[in-house]
Amino acid sequence: MHWREIFGVAIAIAVCGFATGAQSQTPYGIGRSATAAEIAGWNIDVGRDGSNLPRGRGSVSRGREVYAQQCASCHGDKGEGGLGDRLVGGQGTIGTPKPIRTVGSYWPYAPTLFDYIRRAMPQNAPQSLSDEDVYAVSAYVLNLNGLLDADATLDATSLAAIKMPNRDKFVGDARPDVKK
Amino acid sequence: MSSTIRSDDDPVTATRRRFLAVGTAALGGAVLGAGAAAAETDNLPPNVPEWMKAPGEPTGGQLYGTPSSFEQGVVRNISKTLKQYVSASSRSPLQDLDGIITPNGLFYERHHGGVPAIDPAQHRLILHGLVERPLLFTMDDLRRFPSESRIHFLECSGNPGYSKPYGKTASDLVGLVSCAEWTGVSLKLVLQEAGLKLDAKWVVAEGADAAALTRSIPLEKCLEDAMLVYSQNGERLRPQQGYPVRLFLPGFEGNMSVKWLRRLHVTAEPVYSREETSKYTDLLPDGTAREFSFYMEAKSIITRPSGGQRLSAPGFHEITGIAWSGHGKIARVEVSVDDGRSWQDARLQDPVLTRALTRFRLPWRWDGKPAVIQSRAIDETGYVQPTLAELLAVRGENYFYHNNAIWPWRIADSGEVTNALA
Repeated sequence: MHWREIFGVAIAIAVCGFATGAQSQTPYGIGRSATAAEIAGWNIDVGRDGSNLPRGRGSVSRGREVYAQQCASCHGDKGEGGLGDRLVGGQGTIGTPKPIRTVGSYWPYAPTLFDYIRRAMPQNAPQSLSDEDVYAVSAYVLNLNGLLDADATLDATSLAAIKMPNRDKFVGDARPDVKK
Repeated sequence: MSSTIRSDDDPVTATRRRFLAVGTAALGGAVLGAGAAAAETDNLPPNVPEWMKAPGEPTGGQLYGTPSSFEQGVVRNISKTLKQYVSASSRSPLQDLDGIITPNGLFYERHHGGVPAIDPAQHRLILHGLVERPLLFTMDDLRRFPSESRIHFLECSGNPGYSKPYGKTASDLVGLVSCAEWTGVSLKLVLQEAGLKLDAKWVVAEGADAAALTRSIPLEKCLEDAMLVYSQNGERLRPQQGYPVRLFLPGFEGNMSVKWLRRLHVTAEPVYSREETSKYTDLLPDGTAREFSFYMEAKSIITRPSGGQRLSAPGFHEITGIAWSGHGKIARVEVSVDDGRSWQDARLQDPVLTRALTRFRLPWRWDGKPAVIQSRAIDETGYVQPTLAELLAVRGENYFYHNNAIWPWRIADSGEVTNALA
C-alpha cells in the first residue's frame, strides 16, 4: 500500500465523511470508496522491479518439497514439462529454429514468476500457497534453471535482484512489417 | 427428381443432411431402407408435408430457444486431443454462419483457468492505483452509468499459428474470431469517476477467474474506445464471455479484453505479467521478441466455398466471406478465382463498421475445372493483407501470434474444397 493512497483516504474521510465522500465529488456519484484493506486484499500485482512483493522468504530446499507436492504432476519432476509448460532449460535456443521457451530461457523478469505462481498456480487450487511457499517454489524453479544456488533463500529484495538471461531481448511492435 | 434437388443444395446443407442421415442410422439401425427412400419424397410436392397436417409444438415449449434439431451439427469446434481443457479454446463454425453477427452460443472461447460461475450479486470491481478516489462498484453500479452499444469483432491473438499442420476448415484455421453487439459503459466514464492522476499511463486489468488473468492496457486505448461490457447481442454476457462484466478493447488481441473483470489498477508502467512476457510476445528468427503488440491487422477469409465443403455441380456459386481490421474499417476486399493471377472487388455488406466483421460477396460461375480461390482485405489505412510467404519471410515460423495471412482454398474437379497451403 502506497502511503499516498492511505493518506488520500484519510483526507477524504476527514473532509467529506466516509459515506458521502465519493458521491459529492464525482461526475455521476456512482460507486463507493474502496477501502485500503479491500484494495490490499485484492492487489496481487507484482511489478517487474519487484514492487508490491510481500514480506516473507523461502528456500530452494523448501521449494523442492513444495514443487514435488504441488507442481511436479503437471510440470515434471525436474520442470521438463507435461500437462503443463516446460519450466527448465532451453537457454541458448531462443534465436534458433527450434526455440525452447522456459522460465530460464525466455522470461524477462524474475518477480513475474512469483506473481504468476501466486495468482494462478497450482492450477487446481490457485491462491492456496502461502507467500513463503511461493517464494520457495520460485527459488526452486530458478535453481533448476541455474539462476540461483541450491542453498539460497529468496525474498523480495533477492528476487528482484536476479537478472534473467533473456531480459534484453524484448523489442517494441514494429508492425506493419509487411508493406506494399 | 431427387438428384435435381440435391444439385440445388449448397454444400453446407448437403453436409448437414449427410450428418443427420448418419445420426439417424446410428439411432434407428435397421429401419433405413426402401421406407427411408419413400419418406424422403412423402413431404415433397405434389404431396402435402406431414408438418402441415397436425399442430406443431405448443407455444412456450422452449422458454430459452435453441436452434432447429436439424442444425445440431453447427456447434463450436474443439480439438478432441488436447492435453487438458482448463486452459484451451473452441472455435466458431465460420463456414456455417451468415452475415456479420456471431450467435452467442457459437462465439469462440478461450479460457486460461476454466469458466468461473460468478454470482453477480457477489461480484465487485475495484478501481485503484493512480486515481484521486479508489472506487468499488457493484454490478448495479456499473449498469447505472450511461450505456452504449457497439458492434465489434474479437479475435484471439494466435489465429492460426505459422507452422503446419494448417486447419482443414475455415473454423479450424481462423475460427478464433467472432463478432457481436456489445453493450456496457465507456471505460473513460468510469476512470473519470475515480479521477486520473497526472502520472497515470497504463491500466492493469485482472479477471476473477482461476488464472486471475492480468494484462496491461495503455491509457490512451482506455480513453479512446474501451468498454466495460455486461451484455452481448442483447442479453447478458454468457459465462464463457466473462459474465457478469468484461473489459472490451476493439481491435486489440482478444486476450487483453479481460473477462470476469474484478480489478483495474491504474499505473505508470505495464505490470509485465506472465501473459504479456512469457506468452503473447512474438518471437523473431534473430531471438528478439516483440512485446505489447496489441493490434489485430487486416484479415479476411472465404467461408463459402471453404475447406471441407463440396461444390455440387458447375455453374453459379456465390463466393462469400468475412473481413476485419483492428485498425478501423474495411475499405475493400479483393477476390481471386485464378490462383492469385487476377483480383476483383467483392461487394461489401452495409453497414461497414469500424473494427467489426464485414461480410463480402462475389457472384461466381464455376466451370468445373480445378481452381484456387482466395480473398485479401484492404483497410482504411491502406494496409493490404499479406500472403503467408510474405509474413514468414519477416517473422519466421516461431512468431506464433498475429498471423493475418491470405488463405487460399483449392477446388478440385470433383468440387471438393481443401486448404491450398496444407
